[in-house]
Amino acid sequence: MRMDVDMIFKIAAVGILVSVLNQVLIRSGREEQAMMTTLTGLVIVLFMVIQLIDKLFTTVKTLFQLY
Amino acid sequence: MEIFQIVGLALVATIFSVLLRNDKPELAIQIGIVTGAAIFLLMIFKISAVVTLLQEIAKKVNLDTVYLTTVLKIIGIAYITTFGAEVCRDAGESAIAAKVEFAGKIMIMVLTVPILMAVLDIMLGIIP
Repeated sequence: MRMDVDMIFKIAAVGILVSVLNQVLIRSGREEQAMMTTLTGLVIVLFMVIQLIDKLFTTVKTLFQLY
Repeated sequence: MEIFQIVGLALVATIFSVLLRNDKPELAIQIGIVTGAAIFLLMIFKISAVVTLLQEIAKKVNLDTVYLTTVLKIIGIAYITTFGAEVCRDAGESAIAAKVEFAGKIMIMVLTVPILMAVLDIMLGIIP
């Protein structure tokens, strides 16, 4: 359960980092790399969120006997 | 008290979500999803206790297990449907949310058919 709560802070950290990197890269005129950074951040977060969603669905399935 | 933990968690998550909403809305939505899942998983032990209690009561009054299972299934479907629909609505996609809710309603209707048929059978048995 601890890990699920930690994931919120992880996502917030990734989001803040990505948006700072994005601004720095755009200021220095590297729009393509800024786009790549955004995409990478989104994919990293998606991987974490998918695992949690799978956990939630499995839990609900076993709890409410939805097979 | 666990409720203070949950409210604190929700407030912090809301602040992060609002912080990211201007710059990275896709990550703000994911924070919403994770918060919802985390709060549900924090409550899982209590929910399973309630479900066990319901099953024990059903056993005591000799209720057919099919009925209780159906009710539990409906609760599960309703919960997952609401969860998905609210996430879609938060992201501003009310149309997709409405479709998700529609699918959930149909699933629940299909599940209730056996109970409806049982009621009909009883009624037909009463009428000579």
